[in-house]
Amino acid sequence: MRARYLAGRTGQAALVLWAAFTVAYLLLQALPGDSILIKFQNPELGLSPEQIAEIRRFYDAGGYLHTLLGFLRGDFGYSVETGTPVIERLAEGLPETAKLAGPAFLLALVLAVVIAFSARGFLRALPPLFVSVPVFWLGIVLIQVFSFQLKLVPVIGGTPAQQLLLPVVTLAIPIAAPIAQVLGRSIDQTLRQPFIQVVAAKGASRRWILHRHVARNALLPTLTIAGLTFGELIAGSVVTETVFGRNGIGRLTEQSVNAQDTPVLLAIVVLATCVFVLVNLVVDLLYPVLDPRLA
Amino acid sequence: MKVLSWAVVALVLLWALLPGLFAGQDPLNGVPADKLQPPSVAHWFGTDAVGRDLFARVVHGSVHSLSGAAVAVGVGLVAGTLLGLLAGSAGGVLDAAVMRFADVLLAVPGLLLALVVIILLGPGTVNVAIAVGVGSIAAFARVTRAEVVKTRRSDYVEAAFGSGGGFASVLWRHILPNSFGPVIALAALQFGVAILAISTLGFLGYGAEPPTPEWGLLISEGRNYLATSWWLTTLPGLVVVAVVLAAGRLAKEIR
Repeated sequence: MRARYLAGRTGQAALVLWAAFTVAYLLLQALPGDSILIKFQNPELGLSPEQIAEIRRFYDAGGYLHTLLGFLRGDFGYSVETGTPVIERLAEGLPETAKLAGPAFLLALVLAVVIAFSARGFLRALPPLFVSVPVFWLGIVLIQVFSFQLKLVPVIGGTPAQQLLLPVVTLAIPIAAPIAQVLGRSIDQTLRQPFIQVVAAKGASRRWILHRHVARNALLPTLTIAGLTFGELIAGSVVTETVFGRNGIGRLTEQSVNAQDTPVLLAIVVLATCVFVLVNLVVDLLYPVLDPRLA
Repeated sequence: MKVLSWAVVALVLLWALLPGLFAGQDPLNGVPADKLQPPSVAHWFGTDAVGRDLFARVVHGSVHSLSGAAVAVGVGLVAGTLLGLLAGSAGGVLDAAVMRFADVLLAVPGLLLALVVIILLGPGTVNVAIAVGVGSIAAFARVTRAEVVKTRRSDYVEAAFGSGGGFASVLWRHILPNSFGPVIALAALQFGVAILAISTLGFLGYGAEPPTPEWGLLISEGRNYLATSWWLTTLPGLVVVAVVLAAGRLAKEIR
């Protein structure tokens, strides 16, 4: 049973990934080499149509199957804009984005737990507000308040930690909202269960009930929604990095769209989808471990 | 809260339909002598770097955000409902294929999917709206399918088939109308989401061209005056937040 579940879910994830690659490839290759024309048809370069055709063959190297096999080997082709391998550009951006997205996700979890466990009151009204705030505007307002008005965080310079502070908060807030909502709802649901009254009647304190009984029951739905927020985490990174001028994958995404650098965008889309699918696969595989009833 | 949400949505709709009624000043041509003035009685939201009244720009910009969101929801609603209807009523292999396709769309982060569509279609207000709409197709397809599967098993649908109704006519006259409630609620919710996404893409520079007063673009332009003129970014953003909050609230009411 367990091996079959494992194989089934893994196979499904692989299928989704392959389909996502195919869809993105078809969409991005549908405009045949416009980026190459933009870059190389400049009369100052003095390239003949034959030479341009050859350049296109170099970038387009071998079509769908070749590109797919390349991706499986970790070879993402070449950036049209810079001529360097896509993997090099990704490798420059990835650590920067990880530095931003990792702490932001942790902060989002902390925020969500604080909001959800604060029994009632104004904190519970925060998640609907959080999801209604444009991420880019939130970043700008934070810069305005903390850098320009209160002068707590330097606008230029500052330690790496200082530079990271506002972007992390900006990215964490929209991620925290759905997690807090789901966690809060499942806490409320569990508290209404008859067994909670029994435990309370036996003399358990509210703290004990929340720790020992409610938190465990709320874990699964929270884990699920936390996995699903990874898509928002990636999208939020694009916007946050643009607002704060950080050079990560998000910035690379924006540049590649502006330059119509399709090989780079294809690699980013596949990478982001890969992260999303893998995280949710891990969540799915954890279900039977965390809840023996599902095994 | 409910009344307030309706009021916000109604007000912004009126802004989009009759902007001249709410803001007398010219949104595109400013008075250079009045540049970068803080909010006052004469200029509720202050003025920008070329002396344009910011309130007038926000009011005149509402039509871009609202019509963009309407197009986005329209794309998602029509394509998603058709796919969901197809999957839910046909069943079998077709059902599985359509729903796996929806899974794939859901697995690609929304903003990236929108950017892929923008690279394909090129920037512009309509293209941005379509790009955002493509991102919501999967959600509409899933909800519609779930409703159709539920409705299909009900007795009156069986009765309609039994009394000689053809597949298409039963689908159109019985299954579709009775599956539509949750889909409409999702459309209301997506309206707010679309306004957010469109302003984000406008901020990144893929939407309307300056000097169009699109909300995301307004905030982006205000960034250059962050140190001196807080109102240029803060006030248009608050309008976006209010509209999205109100739309989300109304979606909850409908559900």
